[in-house]
Amino acid sequence: MFEPVIGIEVHAQLKTESKLFCSCSARFGASPNSNTCPVCLGLPGTLPVLNKKAFEYGIRTALAFNCKVAEISGFDRKNYFYPDLPKNYQITQQASPVGVNGYLDVVIDDETRRIRIKRVHLEEDAGKSIHEGGDITGAVFSLEDYNRAGVPLLEIVSEPDIRSPKEAYEYLSMLRRTLLYLGVSDCKMEEGSLRCDVNISVRPKGSDSFGTLVELKNLNSFRAVERSLEYEVKRQSELASENKEIIRETRHWDEEGQTTVGMRRKGLAEDYRFFPDPDLPRLIIGESWIEKVRSDLPELPGERKARFIRDYELPEYDASLLTDTQQLADYFEEAAKEYGHAKTVSNWIMGELLRLMNVTGIGIESVKIRPCDLVAMLKMIDKGTISGKIAKTVFEEMFTQGKSPGDIVKEKGLVQIADEDELTKIVDLVIQDNQKVVEQVKAGKDRAIGFLVGQVMKETKGRANPQMVNELLRQRLAGEN
Amino acid sequence: MKLSELGAFELLPMIKRKEVSVEEATVGILNKIKAVDRDIQAYITVTNEHALQRAKEADLRLNEGKPPRPLEGLSVAIKDNICTKGIKTTGASVYLEDFVPPYDATVVRLLEDAGAIIVGKTNLDELAMGSSTESSAMFPTKNPWDLQRVPGGSSGGSAAAVIADEAVFALGSDTGGSIRQPAAFCGIVGLKPTYGLVSRYGLIGYASSMDQIGPMTKNVRDCAMLLNVIARHDPKDAQSYTGEPVDYTQFLIPDINEVIVGVPKEFLNKGLSKSVKDAFMKALNKLEGLGAKVVEVSLPHSDHALAAYYVISSAEASSNLARLDGIRYGYRAAGCEDSASMTAISRGKGFGSEVKRRIVLGTHILSKGNFEKYFNDALKIRSLIFRDFEKIFKECTCLVCPSSPTVAFRIGEKIRDPLEMYLSDVYTVPPNLAGLPGISIPCGFDEEGMPIGLQIITKQFDEATLLQVAYTFEQATDFHKKKPQLQKYDCGSESTRGDRNV
Ligand SMILES: [Zn+2]
Repeated sequence: MFEPVIGIEVHAQLKTESKLFCSCSARFGASPNSNTCPVCLGLPGTLPVLNKKAFEYGIRTALAFNCKVAEISGFDRKNYFYPDLPKNYQITQQASPVGVNGYLDVVIDDETRRIRIKRVHLEEDAGKSIHEGGDITGAVFSLEDYNRAGVPLLEIVSEPDIRSPKEAYEYLSMLRRTLLYLGVSDCKMEEGSLRCDVNISVRPKGSDSFGTLVELKNLNSFRAVERSLEYEVKRQSELASENKEIIRETRHWDEEGQTTVGMRRKGLAEDYRFFPDPDLPRLIIGESWIEKVRSDLPELPGERKARFIRDYELPEYDASLLTDTQQLADYFEEAAKEYGHAKTVSNWIMGELLRLMNVTGIGIESVKIRPCDLVAMLKMIDKGTISGKIAKTVFEEMFTQGKSPGDIVKEKGLVQIADEDELTKIVDLVIQDNQKVVEQVKAGKDRAIGFLVGQVMKETKGRANPQMVNELLRQRLAGEN
Repeated sequence: MKLSELGAFELLPMIKRKEVSVEEATVGILNKIKAVDRDIQAYITVTNEHALQRAKEADLRLNEGKPPRPLEGLSVAIKDNICTKGIKTTGASVYLEDFVPPYDATVVRLLEDAGAIIVGKTNLDELAMGSSTESSAMFPTKNPWDLQRVPGGSSGGSAAAVIADEAVFALGSDTGGSIRQPAAFCGIVGLKPTYGLVSRYGLIGYASSMDQIGPMTKNVRDCAMLLNVIARHDPKDAQSYTGEPVDYTQFLIPDINEVIVGVPKEFLNKGLSKSVKDAFMKALNKLEGLGAKVVEVSLPHSDHALAAYYVISSAEASSNLARLDGIRYGYRAAGCEDSASMTAISRGKGFGSEVKRRIVLGTHILSKGNFEKYFNDALKIRSLIFRDFEKIFKECTCLVCPSSPTVAFRIGEKIRDPLEMYLSDVYTVPPNLAGLPGISIPCGFDEEGMPIGLQIITKQFDEATLLQVAYTFEQATDFHKKKPQLQKYDCGSESTRGDRNV
């Protein structure tokens, strides 16, 4: 039996206004080379000046991942030639990353797994090459867009603590969720603001040795990470069990074929000739700065989930789902606080709200129903103003129209009929029209009464209070005896 | 005396009093350039039109009654590794032959805002790597005192321009002596400020941890005036000093009675030529005569300074120059297979041999295994040297030593022997490693009439003391008043208007 040993490197673009070392906009989607200046184009004589905000985001993230924040941090140059790298070196943090030795707790099948985080560091992104007429080797010419060059990146490197593709998926989800809670990154994989590289090897279960490392690339979604790892685990385990050699290499995930394909051998490790960047002074991170950043930390997803379970007595499943995003959790919490019965609120959010959001593709931030509207609707149910069944219709209307439940109920005449006299009239009418069924009920076929209830609801367009209809029917039928 | 021969402190009051128009002063310099630069070749680019345009604007300002600015109408030469917006900045390299920066270096902005007129860009050793200006890809600059000799380097063009009156003053850059050694070779004043005092933004990086821009002037007073303008905090340079600006001219008081002058004994041994040593000993006597106390001190780790300097500077240079890759600007080799070979061939053709030597050396030093062996050791030496100086400055006000072990050597004499050439900087390198300010001032001439420089070093950000000691010495001597005889200088008819006698 073999077990996989997996480590993940995540690159997250920071959501700062400007780039890491110049004042150019760091926004995605501008026309090519419009977000550039002499500094990020690496013109001779230009110098980098650190974006303090980006660095603070680094501290913020390091703290959220329980890292030790460096007392003195600095930047190093990673030297390599590539056309998308304007200075032909990347300013990064090799020797003194902003944070080290942290961890992230991930819950898998009700079990908490602690994945250690080796380091969190800041670096600048490179530009983008566009190869005209094939890939880089076959291209007729290449174009360079340096808008992305110098955009701040945070690299988060895990220890090889991940033991299954599913764990990798959960780790990434929790990491992304945390970054979103922190508000430091958009984490949009499709725009490249979140990227991951995965290392995987296999070893006999129980062993503490390490197998030959394979690096996986072209992972454009967390699902792709999970699938490619599943494929690799299988591939490597088969090779290992047949005592065949596993080659140290980088493999490309082929989304269409759902396989990994070897790209190039990892020969001698590349020599990046790291050395401290003489253009940037060492940064002394005082305790007071760290404490200030710490005091600004939001409640993180793990903590919030635990609190939801504790304070609102929600099942683990509900708490997980509701804390998936900060906005959803805020939404729930606002409604739950006002309404009181948290589980009912949770049911409505997890049931109707998420269903409608899914169908329409609308995110929680654009949902028209305000938490107080949801509460108002729940109170109408409690008062008997509307039935639970009608409530679903009302809720859909609220979702599409954005009106208050009161207005919708009034406009559409959806108020529940709970007037005994009015209902009695309808019940009598239904009894009259359905003598056959009445006979069956009287003959002891109790379940046939449901049909009669249904008929009453039909007559009232669902507005009758079902409990009262039931009682009235029984009374009248018993009375006829 | 000709108008072009005036120093800044003499010319500025005349401009302020409107005895001389800015245009007249500028034309005087431009005509001098026209007359002598064919022989001296101090300039790579002369900005005639730009200068005249700026001069007219300045006169207009003055005539409108606007107050004169601190360097109003003074012609300045800029070393051609300092970026000037819209003016070619070549670094004396084939690679940047046609490079026109889209931005100004901070110092250039400061100078122009202070009213200075840029008259041209001066020659240097390619990308500031060298000690003779012979490694310029354009042409070697000649020493105005003897056209067979080098002006020193790498700021040889600026030094030659100043002594030949082709500029009122100039900017140079100094990484291991590139201001002070040519200042000594040409008999002018050259100051390398404390690391961080002057912004490096816009200076084509050679060794970022040591590069400094500084004034090269006819006398110490001009030096203080120029420093006043360029020593400013710059948010564009993360290593820039954040202290308040200082008026350095207030320290120009000839008084060194309280001063204790340290003489590092290691600097008076091997390699020091007799004429330089003699001039230096006389200078020591002079200082003593002026009231200073002279003591012998030791810089025990200075033997390793040159080695440490070449390790660190080459390493940093190899990385700094990687951006010159044939892709975004500069020289691009044609007909290449792919971008990798385009970069390789462009660099191969764009750089001269001294630059290549240092890039290869630096790349080697930074590679795995060597980094620990060489780079880290060099950093250790660097901090030891820093401590040596710290210790000395507990008992001394300043240090003095020769600026260079010899006077200007002959063109071609050392170009084939890099190690011999490197020794030219043996006295100027330690202050760069320690980030200290150093100034070279004229202190004598050898028997062949070649100038000799005296280097004064103080602790960090103590340019005030530095200038005071230098000024006191200068005021008590006449070396700075002597000028080279430029035989071919012909004050023709077209220059009479600009360069009248005063
Ligand atoms: Zn920029």
